Amino acid sequence: MIAEALFFSAVLFTIGVVGVLTRRNAIIIFMCVELMLNAVNLSFIALSRLHGSANGQVFVLFVMTIAAAEAAVGLAIIISIFRHHKSVDLRNINLLKG
Amino acid sequence: MNTLLYTFHFYLFGLISIASAVAFVTRKSPVAAALWLVNTMFCLSALYVMLDAQFIGAVQVLVYAGAIMVVFLFVVMLLNLGQASDVTDMRGLGGRLTAGLVGLAMLAELFALSRIKFPRLTGAMGDHANVVNPISAPLFHEYLLPFEVTSVVLLVAVVGAVVLAKRGPGAS
Repeated sequence: MIAEALFFSAVLFTIGVVGVLTRRNAIIIFMCVELMLNAVNLSFIALSRLHGSANGQVFVLFVMTIAAAEAAVGLAIIISIFRHHKSVDLRNINLLKG
Repeated sequence: MNTLLYTFHFYLFGLISIASAVAFVTRKSPVAAALWLVNTMFCLSALYVMLDAQFIGAVQVLVYAGAIMVVFLFVVMLLNLGQASDVTDMRGLGGRLTAGLVGLAMLAELFALSRIKFPRLTGAMGDHANVVNPISAPLFHEYLLPFEVTSVVLLVAVVGAVVLAKRGPGAS
């Protein structure tokens, strides 16, 4: 089952990367990042099962905590961007574009 | 343990999670996308339980499907972004081409890596009556310092979120 779990994890991560690269809605890009974090968590769980120790599961807990913190800060940034531009479309947010 | 039933359900949940992820990436409306992502996370938590990580499976449902996605949906509703816009939000040809190339490269890596043979799993990991103990022992001994640092990170994130989302004194 380890190989299958790693396969599912890789496919989910790829879907997340493709979502980040193809979408323009900032909130959906943010959710794609969450999907990538989830894919990595699945790898952690599968490999910790293979290894026979629970240390990988501890790292999954840490990843979940950091993901929660990231969601809070990122959504606050999105809210303040929306106040300024009245939209979350990344086409309108090009202040740092060269 | 019935091995055939286990294998069937493992593939079932894995394929449902991938199908939901594809549906999530292709939806135009942010609300529909978020709900498909919640479905993906539920299936992932089923996979965690089948991989002998029952506690993480429960935390996945509570924290990801319960808390984080509710915050996402809350922001979508707060900003009134629920309706899909008439114009597509897909990027132009360059972005799509890059995405296709990245996807192809990752699939090629996947096939290259699929030649590795993993040893078959033998027996269960620990006893099923005690699922929290194997996680809590390393968490509170070996990884105590990272655990404490995580709480500081959460505090900083909360303060940062309030500062960023608060209206400034000059704002109308």
